[in-house]
Amino acid sequence: MTKDRGGDVRLSGISKTYGSFTAVEPLDLTVPQGSFFALLGASGCGKTTTLRMIAGLEEPTSGTVSLGDQDVTRLPPYKRPVNTVFQSYALFPHLDIFENVAFGLRRRGIKSVKKQVEEMLDLVQLGEQARKKPHQLSGGQQQRVAVARALINHPKVLLLDEPLGALDLKLRRQMQLELKRIQTEVGITFIHVTHDQEEAMTMADTVAVMNAGRVEQLGSPADLYENPQTTFVANFLGTSNLIEAEVDTHSGDEIVLTAGGGKLTLPQARCSAPTTTGGKVVVGVRPEKITLTHADDAGDIPEGRNRITGKIADTSFIGVSTQYVIDSPVCPEFEVYAQNIDRDTRLAPGAEVVLHWSPAHTFGLDAAQSLLAGTVGSAGVETAEPEAGVTVR
Amino acid sequence: MTFVRWFKRHLVVIAGLLTLGYLLLPNVVVTVFSFNDPKGRFNYEWQRFSTDAWTDPCGVADLCGSLSLSLRIAAWATLGATVLGTLIAFALVRYRFRARGAVNSLIFLPMAMPEVVMAASLLTLFLNMGVQLGFWTILIAHIMFCLSFVVTAVKARVMSMDPSLEQAAQDLYAGPLQTFLRVTLPIAAPGIAAGALLAFALSFDDFIITNFNAGATVTFPMFVWGSAQRGTPVQINVIGTAMFIVAVLLVLAGMVVGNRRRRHTA
Amino acid sequence: MTTLTEAPPPLAPGPAATDEKPPRRRGRLTPYWLLLPGILWLLLFFALPLVYQASTSVQTGSLEEGYKVTWHFATYWDALSAYWPQFMRSVLYAGTATALCLLLGYPLAYLIAFRAGRWRNLILILVIAPFFTSFLIRTLAWKTILADGGPVVGALGSLHLLDVTSTLGITAGDRVLATPLAVVCGLTYNFLPFMILPLYTSLERIDGRLHEAAGDLYAKPFTTFRKVTFPLSMPGVVSGTLLTFIPASGDYVNADLLGSTDTRMVGNVIQTQFLRTLDYPTAAALSFILMAAILLIVTLYIRKSGTEDLV
Repeated sequence: MTKDRGGDVRLSGISKTYGSFTAVEPLDLTVPQGSFFALLGASGCGKTTTLRMIAGLEEPTSGTVSLGDQDVTRLPPYKRPVNTVFQSYALFPHLDIFENVAFGLRRRGIKSVKKQVEEMLDLVQLGEQARKKPHQLSGGQQQRVAVARALINHPKVLLLDEPLGALDLKLRRQMQLELKRIQTEVGITFIHVTHDQEEAMTMADTVAVMNAGRVEQLGSPADLYENPQTTFVANFLGTSNLIEAEVDTHSGDEIVLTAGGGKLTLPQARCSAPTTTGGKVVVGVRPEKITLTHADDAGDIPEGRNRITGKIADTSFIGVSTQYVIDSPVCPEFEVYAQNIDRDTRLAPGAEVVLHWSPAHTFGLDAAQSLLAGTVGSAGVETAEPEAGVTVR
Repeated sequence: MTFVRWFKRHLVVIAGLLTLGYLLLPNVVVTVFSFNDPKGRFNYEWQRFSTDAWTDPCGVADLCGSLSLSLRIAAWATLGATVLGTLIAFALVRYRFRARGAVNSLIFLPMAMPEVVMAASLLTLFLNMGVQLGFWTILIAHIMFCLSFVVTAVKARVMSMDPSLEQAAQDLYAGPLQTFLRVTLPIAAPGIAAGALLAFALSFDDFIITNFNAGATVTFPMFVWGSAQRGTPVQINVIGTAMFIVAVLLVLAGMVVGNRRRRHTA
Repeated sequence: MTTLTEAPPPLAPGPAATDEKPPRRRGRLTPYWLLLPGILWLLLFFALPLVYQASTSVQTGSLEEGYKVTWHFATYWDALSAYWPQFMRSVLYAGTATALCLLLGYPLAYLIAFRAGRWRNLILILVIAPFFTSFLIRTLAWKTILADGGPVVGALGSLHLLDVTSTLGITAGDRVLATPLAVVCGLTYNFLPFMILPLYTSLERIDGRLHEAAGDLYAKPFTTFRKVTFPLSMPGVVSGTLLTFIPASGDYVNADLLGSTDTRMVGNVIQTQFLRTLDYPTAAALSFILMAAILLIVTLYIRKSGTEDLV
C-alpha cells in the first residue's frame, strides 16, 4: 500500500506568547498522515494552545502550520480542512443530532446530506437518535455526536481536545477503544490532546509529552515508558523509582554505579546522560520490574541482578497485584508492584527485604534535573499554581 | 401530631400563601367588579350583578382608542428597545473596548433612577427644544427606559453561552456572518425574547413617564388615571380582567406545548 | 435522591488561563458600531435631559418672561425647606413598604423555591400574572378593599386595632382610606413582585443538600435558616430591596389614589410643580435632590451589604 504523504501536519517553529507569558515555546513537530498522535501533558503545558493553532482558533506568535504542502497559518478556521472535537463537545443546543452532524456539509453548500449523515450516525451507532436534541443524550452519546459531526467533513486531520475528560472512568475506557476503532476504519490523522497518560498510551501510536511549552520526548508509548529520557517523562508516565548514583567504572556496554554503598549496573545504551567516572547519574527502575525477596532468602537471588536492601514500610492489596512501599537507604519510598501469584506472607510491614531486578530494566537520566519533575504535586503538574514547588517526599 | 406542631411545620407555607392572597386579592376584586352595575360614576361599591360591560367593552368614549394607542406604542417601543439593547449586549459581552465602565453605568443608571426624575428631566428637554408632545415623545421615552432592561436580559443569556459553540461553527466551515445567524442568534433568542416581553409589559403599563411626556395624547394607563378623577367605568375592570385571563392562558398554553414537545421527543 | 448517590464532579484541572482565550476578533471598530445607536439614544434622552434639568434648577424667571441661568442655588434650599416633610414621608413610606415587602415576600419566595413541588410554576405564574392587569386598575381596587365601612375597616374596628393605629397616627378615626396606612399598603402591594422575584432567583440557586448538611451538623431548622439560607440569599435581598425602594420613593400614584393631602410624597410635589404650577426651577431642584438622596442611600446600602458586584 502506498501512502500519500501529502497529508502530514507540519509545525515549524510555532510559538505562542500572551504578553510576557509563553504558552508554547518554538516547536517543530511533524505528524505523519494517518497516525493517531497524542499530545500529553499537565494542564497549562501548552498542548491545547498547540492544538488550537492547528485548528486556526489561535494565531501563532511565530512559525508556520502546514497541511501537506499547503501553508495554512493565516487561514481562518472555516477555511481549513481540519475539524475539532471540543472538550465541552460544543454541540449546538438548538439543533437536533441530525442537523448538528449535517452542519459542516450544509455550510459547504452540499444539498443532499441525508445519506452521508445517516451513514455517519451509523458509524458511531447513533442512527436511532437522529431527531433528538443534544441535551437528551448521555455524555458518551454526545461525545460520539461530536466525533461524527467533525468526521463527516472528511478532514485531513481530526483534532480532539480532551474529548473524554467529562466521562466517567468506565465509559472513558469504552470510548478509547471506540475512537481507536473509528480511526482505524476511516484512516484520518487524529491529533489527541490529553492529560491522562493511560489514555494517551492506550490510543496513540505516537505520543509527544509536553511540559512548560516544550516537547520533552516523542515516541511510541512503549518506547516512552521503557526508555524515558527525562525525569519528567519517567514520573509523568506511570511511576518510576529514581536513585541518585555515582559512576564507578565502565565495563564494555555496561556502567557500574554506586548508590548508598551498593553497586548497580546500567546498560550504556539505556543511559541518556553523559557518564564520566565520578560523575552523577540518576538511575531509574519501574516498580513492576522489581522482585521482592525476604532477607532470609537473600541467598536464592541469582547473580548479576541489581539489588538493594530495605524494610517494608507499607503494603496495599489491590487485587491483581500488591503494592509495597519500601524504606531503603538509597531511596526513602521505593515502590514495588508484585503480581499476586504466590503471596509470601512474611512480606508484611517491618519485614527486611531485598529488592532485585535485571540490569536491562534500569535506565539512566541526567542528574541535573529535579527528581520530582512530573510527579503529582510538583511544579506544573495538576496544581493550580505552577509556583507551588512543594517538596513531597 | 398536635395542631401546634402542624402549624409550626407549615408556618412558611401558610405565610407564603397569605402573601399570595394579598397579591391576588385586587385581581379578584377587579374581576368581581367587572360584573357590577354601579350607581353613580364610580365603581367602588357593589350594587348588583350585570354583564353589560362585558357585552359592550368599548362602550365608553376614548377607552378602546387609548388601549389601541398603548398597544401600538408598546409594539414599537419593544421593537426599538430590543434591537438597540441586543446590539449593546453583544458589544458588552463579546468585545473588550475602552469606556466599558462608562457604558455599563449608562445602562445601569436608568434602572436605579426613580421614574419621576427621568420623566421630569425628559420633559425639560422637550420643552427646551420646543418639541410637540405626543406619540413620538412617548415612544422616545419608552424606548429609553426599556433599553436597559433588554440589555440586562440579553447580556445574561449571551454570557452563559459556551464560547466554544461559535468556535465549533467556525471549525465547521461557517464564516463570521453564518456563525452569527446560524448559531449565536438562535441560542441568544430566549434572552432576546425575554427582554422583548419585559419591554412590552413595561411600556404598556407605564404611567409616570408617559404622563409627563404625552401632552394631550391619552394612553390606556392615562385613561385609567383620568377616570379615577372623573368616574371609573366598569369597562376598565373588563379590560383588566380580560388581560389577566389572556396572559395566564397564554403562559399555561406555552407550558403545555413545551411539556408535550419535551415528552414527545424524549 | 439520585443526586446524592452520583459521584461528585471530577476535580479535573480546568484548562489553564492560556487555554481559554476569547477568540480573536477582526475589526476593532465593531463594538463601537454596535454600541452607537443605543448609547446615542441614552445620551440624548437620558443623560442630556439630566443636564438640562440641572441647568433649569439654577434658573430664575417666569413663564411669561422666560427663564435664564442665574446660578440661583437658593432654589435648592427653598425647595428643601418648603418640602422637607414630603421628603421625609417619601423615605419613611418607601422604607416601611420595602421592609414589609421583605417580610411578606420572603416566605412566599421560600415557599416557591423549596416547598412548592409541582405547584412551583403555577405559583410563579400567579406572582407575575397581576402585572398584565394595569397597575392603576389594581391600585384602584384597593379603594374598594379599604373602603369606609368595608370588610377590612370592619375587621380592624371590631378588633379595636383602629384605635391603636389612630393613636399612632397611621389611620384617622374609623377610616383607613386616605391615611398613611392605605398608602403604605398600596406601595407594598405594587412593588411586592419586585422583591419576590430576585429573592426566589437567589433562593432557587441554593443547593438543597446544604440544608441537609446543616441539619446533619446539628443545626435546628431555624438555625439553618439564620446561618445558611439567609446569608446565601443576600444577593436577592439586596437587589430586591433596591428594586422596591427606588421606585417606591419616587412614586406618586399610590399617595394620590389611596392617600390624602396629608400623605403627599415628594413625587406628588414634583408632578404638581411640573404639570400644574409650572414652577420648573423648583421642580427640577426637587428631582435633583431626590436623585442625589437615592444615589447616596443606594451607595451606602450596597457598601454596607458588601455585595458590590450586584449589577
